[in-house]
Amino acid sequence: MRAKIRTLIDGAATGLAVLATVLVVAPLVAIFVYLVYKGAVSLNWAFFTHNPVPVGETGGGMANAIVGSAILLGVGSLIGIPVGIAGGIFLAEFGRGTKLANAIRFTADVLNGVPSIVMGIAVYSLVVIPQGHFSAFSGGVALGIMMIPTVCRTTEEMLLMVPHAVREAALALGVPNWRSVLSITVRTASAGIITGCMLAFARVAGETAPLIFTAFGNVGWSEKLSEPIAALPLQIYVYALSPYDEWHRLAWAGALVLIVLIVLAVSLVRYVTSRGVLKGAS
Amino acid sequence: MVIAQVPEIHIHQSELLPESGLPDNRPTEQSAQQKASAIRAYLLSRGNSALADRGFHWLMVLCALSIFGIVVLIAFELMERSKLAWGAFGLDFFYKAYIDTFSGKPMYWDPVNSHFSALPFLYGTLVSSILALLLAVPLAIGVAVFLTEMCPGFLRAPLAFITELLAAIPSVIYGFWAVSALVPLMKVYVNPALIKTLGWTGLFADDNPTGLGFLTSGIILAIMILPIVSSLTREVMTAVPSSQREAVLALGATRWEMIRTGVLRNARIGIVGAIILGLGRALGETMAVAMVIGNSPQIQRSLLANGSTMSAVIANEFAEASSDLHLSALMELGLALFIVTIIVNAFARMLVWMVTRGTPSSVH
Repeated sequence: MRAKIRTLIDGAATGLAVLATVLVVAPLVAIFVYLVYKGAVSLNWAFFTHNPVPVGETGGGMANAIVGSAILLGVGSLIGIPVGIAGGIFLAEFGRGTKLANAIRFTADVLNGVPSIVMGIAVYSLVVIPQGHFSAFSGGVALGIMMIPTVCRTTEEMLLMVPHAVREAALALGVPNWRSVLSITVRTASAGIITGCMLAFARVAGETAPLIFTAFGNVGWSEKLSEPIAALPLQIYVYALSPYDEWHRLAWAGALVLIVLIVLAVSLVRYVTSRGVLKGAS
Repeated sequence: MVIAQVPEIHIHQSELLPESGLPDNRPTEQSAQQKASAIRAYLLSRGNSALADRGFHWLMVLCALSIFGIVVLIAFELMERSKLAWGAFGLDFFYKAYIDTFSGKPMYWDPVNSHFSALPFLYGTLVSSILALLLAVPLAIGVAVFLTEMCPGFLRAPLAFITELLAAIPSVIYGFWAVSALVPLMKVYVNPALIKTLGWTGLFADDNPTGLGFLTSGIILAIMILPIVSSLTREVMTAVPSSQREAVLALGATRWEMIRTGVLRNARIGIVGAIILGLGRALGETMAVAMVIGNSPQIQRSLLANGSTMSAVIANEFAEASSDLHLSALMELGLALFIVTIIVNAFARMLVWMVTRGTPSSVH
């Protein structure tokens, strides 16, 4: 009797876990398919080549926002990727096991959890107020700061996978330590580090909150770092909340572009880390 | 002569060992590693191009330290800019409301008369985040249990991939989906049903026909934090040694009993950490919430009423703040959000760490 009840409870628990999984995965997949479908029917060539048109006219695209996002992400990457990689090199190559490295790793993880809107207002007060106006540069700074912790941590993880023997071989040949780190260790882990950077890049590419009061958005074409600039997620935000169907269509198309970027980055990361090329040498 | 020097260098080896925590029962590999590290330490000590090496070392340290710098700089800037509001309202900002002398009603956020109180935003942030946790946590744990303990191998990788993908989709896209699909659904089906069946509790009042509000933002937040909570829970559950599982099974337990006593109980600190980390995400989530919560600074008992959160009000009002005091009050909200998320995240990371760092877990 008792055994029977226990088997029943076991079955019920299994059923509940399966149910939870179905309840989670089904809607999530449905959302994903919905987003891709909406984007796919909305996307056309004009999206990439035309600027937005005034309300009431059909057609138009987000060419200015795509260029704007590219410029913002370029500035962000210039700030975030070198600093992040250097921080990762410190954590993996110099500071391993020290208290300082543990504190930095911990801070990076915590910084990763700070809401992006807080980054936005901090950069506003740091760059926009002294400058006196919204600018593409300040938006790039905000994105760059957000990239640092992610890049730093993935770089560290990738470097930790490089076997000691590789470093020792370099040092045994009389290569100075800095060269051994840059051209041997980092080189060995480069595939992983590059995909880590791509992941950070894809993540900040969709960030809207920190751009609202730094890059600010722009209805026209702008390439100047000192002027407000359009960005894809900002444009999606504005268009999504508008009452016009044509603008909704453009917003769906923009969402699809961001999603494709993210799918590419996430699959690349999985591919590189699962292939285990780095571990193979040990 | 050179060989004779090598053993002395063993002093430095502790720094060079990987701290990934190799289990103690693999002595052969570890000693091989130690030997290798000693050679490395010896080579490092020869001081080959010492100046370049030292410069490189310090450059890397500097970049790593910049992470500290960023945190300090953010805190400093926000404190500087929120001084005005702090001077005007002090601590009252967080718990007192200004009572309108004519109507006798509390006025929380009134840019026209320069009266600011964070109360409705604290309330909105808390209510929407708690709703999100209530919805997401049981499901997330169920998914994690399924994936680690029951799932057939061929399903595991694709499911993990999907979770990772969904965690990376931008907030604004979730918000757009919510506005165009979830809000109409709530408006037409869910809200009327809730009002009909649970209206007597007072939690579901029939005075907001828009479909926006606390409940809708709670649902979208739950969808957004599910991936992170479930993948972290999975991580801590995987960290429980399989000897625990085998021991419980050997005593004749069913699979569920094994999961409950052998896995969940050992991983509970880490699971709490994962939940708190999800809370941290929910507290700071901005765009999706700003799009569906209705954005009105009020405190309502009904979960279907419009509200606002700390991050949503910053996103909505910051760019067009009407006065210096208004801007300063928004900065103070940002500072409060910053401090709260730092504390929540630090606490959660520590809890997750305690489990995955291989502290000995014990059966109770």
